Amino acid sequence: MKKLEAIIRHFKLEDVKNGLSEAGIQGMTVSEVRGFGRQKGHKETYRGAEYTVDFLPKVKIEVVVADDLVDKVVEIITNSARTGQIGDGKIFITALADVVRIRTGETGAEAI
Amino acid sequence: MRRITALVMCTLFACLSTNLLVAGETDSTLSEAPEIAPVRAELNGADTTWMLVSSALVLMMTAPGLALFYGGLVRKKNILGVMMQCIFLMGIMSVTWALWGFSLAFGSDVLGGFVGGGDYLLMKGLLLELSGDEVVAPMWGDSGLPAMVFMVFQGMFFIITPALICGAYAERMKFSSMVLFSILWGTVVYCPLAHWVWSDNGWLFTGKYEAYDFAGGTVVHISSGVSALLCAIMLGARRGFGTEPMPPHNLTYTCIGTALLWVGWFGFNAGSAGGANAAAANAFVATHLAAAAGVIAWACMEWGTRGKPSILGACSGAVAGLVCITPACGVVNPLSGMILGFAAGVFCFYACTNLKSKFGYDDSLDAFGVHGMGGALGALLTGVFASSAVGGPEVSGLIDGNVNQFINQVISVFAAGAWALVGSFVLLKIVDALLGLRVSEDDEIKGLDLSQHGEEGYIFL
Repeated sequence: MKKLEAIIRHFKLEDVKNGLSEAGIQGMTVSEVRGFGRQKGHKETYRGAEYTVDFLPKVKIEVVVADDLVDKVVEIITNSARTGQIGDGKIFITALADVVRIRTGETGAEAI
Repeated sequence: MRRITALVMCTLFACLSTNLLVAGETDSTLSEAPEIAPVRAELNGADTTWMLVSSALVLMMTAPGLALFYGGLVRKKNILGVMMQCIFLMGIMSVTWALWGFSLAFGSDVLGGFVGGGDYLLMKGLLLELSGDEVVAPMWGDSGLPAMVFMVFQGMFFIITPALICGAYAERMKFSSMVLFSILWGTVVYCPLAHWVWSDNGWLFTGKYEAYDFAGGTVVHISSGVSALLCAIMLGARRGFGTEPMPPHNLTYTCIGTALLWVGWFGFNAGSAGGANAAAANAFVATHLAAAAGVIAWACMEWGTRGKPSILGACSGAVAGLVCITPACGVVNPLSGMILGFAAGVFCFYACTNLKSKFGYDDSLDAFGVHGMGGALGALLTGVFASSAVGGPEVSGLIDGNVNQFINQVISVFAAGAWALVGSFVLLKIVDALLGLRVSEDDEIKGLDLSQHGEEGYIFL
């Protein structure tokens, strides 16, 4: 099992979600996050006081899949979240030790 | 209503006349009132209605208006601190006003006209009374208003004025000190000022030094603005000021607050006409157009100098325009009002950006930049644009060649500013000695919401 954490642009969330659902992915967790990579921040001015905002708002999607699905899911996310501009985001893939479904106590692939 | 109207009769008035301002009818002082022929004061339903509505509108300016306006500008750990300051001031200032404030401001002269006397202490002479088998309301002079209505309308100004100062010491003043300072400030600074400017024989109201202040440019805005600057300097800057980012946490609130202030200001300014009349109509329209011009001016200043017009700029411009027209709206026409609003937008923009950064004081939410500077500008421009067509045959300003009026306006600005400065300085020293002004460094880092009130504005559940 692998956990994929994809950092994407806000307005791409719907496309990514639809792409994953069509591929049979049954669940995901979404959160609003802030951070920066190569995309530069911007300046904000409040009554003359200037602030540089480095941490840009993004959406993080967490999805857990069986090993054989990883390539396919990565492809779906990259295709649906890409604009070609700096700031499209990243996907982090990590090995996952186990999953437990709280209601039934099932573990492993059964619980995804 | 009809019953009350029918019952406000001269016999009754004679009983109450020692407590009513009838000096306008004669030159006698109040202590000689029993000699005066009884005045037949009729309750005017239209005027009373407008003044009750105006009173409610002015209260709305403090909360939710100012509470949201200021609340959005602070960091989110301090939003409840600001809201509590506004709400609690509604509580203590109202009670202070009813018990002694109104009497000090509008009672007959004591200490050589420095302040009002004890005529209305504990609302004496203002309350409904049973006369024979009829309930009657003591009237406020010949205004056509029950005295209580005048008292409560003026009380709403007494609430918002110290609330405006909150903008300067936001995010760092100890709540207990804020409460004590506000009560003392209202009593010692506001009441004498209101007496000078608005009581029938105040030295800035009539006579040699008569200055025009229709709705409180000096009493409310200059006094609070100057006191705010002093608070900002004496409390010192917020921890991390200039090094840590301190952007407004929710400009949506600020925008809603601005809109509420704008609407409430119709009560503030048009209500200061004292009734539903032509002066109220003029004040209403002039107020509206000044705010409108202020929005355009400040936003366009940003547009021109920084490339983008901001919502905070537009909101600040509206308030600056409203502040500026406040002393003027009874003596200038709406077209002049537009000029005042526009001037305020440009002037306060520079006061809040260049002036503040040059001197480096942390007037956190620009109470001085908007209210102090805008109030002073308004008082001066009132002396320029005052017109007999609006204010009556004896009114004129600099554009009509009346230099003396302009000088009187300058005097009133300096008198109000100086009194606020001296009074606030002494009071801040006293409060500092008794309670300390600032919260501890730990409490400031934690935020006022948690450290002063044990609550959070935004809870994750």
